[in-house]
Amino acid sequence: MKIEILGTGCKKCIKTKEVVEKALEETGLEAEVVKVEDYETILSYGVMITPGLVIDGEVKLGGKVPSVNDVKGWLAEK
Amino acid sequence: MADVFYPMQWIADKVTYDLLEIQAGTGLADSLNFIIYDILKIFTLLCVMIFLIAYMRSYITPERSRRILGGKKGPQYNVGASLVGTVTPFCSCSSVPIFIGFIEAGVPLGVTFSFLITSPLVNEAAIAVLWATLGFKATALYVISGVLIGVIGGYAIGFFKLEKYVEGFVYNVHSLPFEEAKMNSRQRLDYAFDEVKSIVGKVWIYVVIGVSIGGLFHGFAPEGILAEYAGKDNLLAVPIAVLIGVPLYSNVMGLIPVVESLIGKGLPIGTSLAFLMSVTAVSLPEMIILKKVLKNELIAVFVGIVTIAVIFTGYMFNIVL
Repeated sequence: MKIEILGTGCKKCIKTKEVVEKALEETGLEAEVVKVEDYETILSYGVMITPGLVIDGEVKLGGKVPSVNDVKGWLAEK
Repeated sequence: MADVFYPMQWIADKVTYDLLEIQAGTGLADSLNFIIYDILKIFTLLCVMIFLIAYMRSYITPERSRRILGGKKGPQYNVGASLVGTVTPFCSCSSVPIFIGFIEAGVPLGVTFSFLITSPLVNEAAIAVLWATLGFKATALYVISGVLIGVIGGYAIGFFKLEKYVEGFVYNVHSLPFEEAKMNSRQRLDYAFDEVKSIVGKVWIYVVIGVSIGGLFHGFAPEGILAEYAGKDNLLAVPIAVLIGVPLYSNVMGLIPVVESLIGKGLPIGTSLAFLMSVTAVSLPEMIILKKVLKNELIAVFVGIVTIAVIFTGYMFNIVL
């Protein structure tokens, strides 16, 4: 599983990464977590307000920091 | 109209004169009273405004906006884009993605600029702090002129056909349409509440510092000192204030209470609003971010148009008010 965090380095993007890592830790799942910082890729997902969260190429969220439970829910769908 | 802020003045008076027993009329009493009253008022309005506007924002996503504004020319769309700019988040890290997203969806450059100019200028936190310090009338003027500057500035940029000064890659981006899952009202409330926590958490320190400086100035600086040097008869005061404000990058939430105390000492309201607008509308860090998508010529036009518009607004308020 590949999790991409879209964001150019603002506080909320760092926070999102922490949330994702916490969710992974709590569920014991393995995933490759990547931070995407270039605008072209971020926009190619259609996300205009960062942070955004992409799991296996599917945009899950844009514009706010998810909760740990949100992320766990998306992980469970996989 | 009853003064809804009366209880806060009452608390400020109680603490200053009764609890701490500071002699009324002294510089210390005036400063402290100003600080307590301002802090109570600013934080109350900050929470209320951020909550309300964040709730509204949950309906007006950039995705929806760009679909509505895509491919349409005409001043009414500049007005629409400028209005959208008032409710979108003011974090400058979003300005580039939104810029690309709009252009990519076929929103004309001028319309996109209307959005880009108003977005940092008019935001919920600035509205709250302005309202708390300078009152409703000055805040309304600030918001209306902020929207107008966006409309006129964007229209002018569209008129001059400056598309060639946008970095080429912007036109090659192709994005998937991404529609956010619809939020229910519970989620909207949660979102609005999170925004209050996150924005207040970010700006409170600037507000406290700004109010403290403003309070000291209010209590100890001689009356009318600024009316003497920077009054309405001094025609250079507005452009000088704006030229100081343009490169200045400061948290405007902290500057507003300082400016409030300057107004108390005779700085005209037009000059003050022009200064605040120039600080928020253009800043060096924002230009550096925008340089990724705009060539220098267009950045210069952008800064030039906004600067002139802000100076003009300052003069106009000084004449009208």
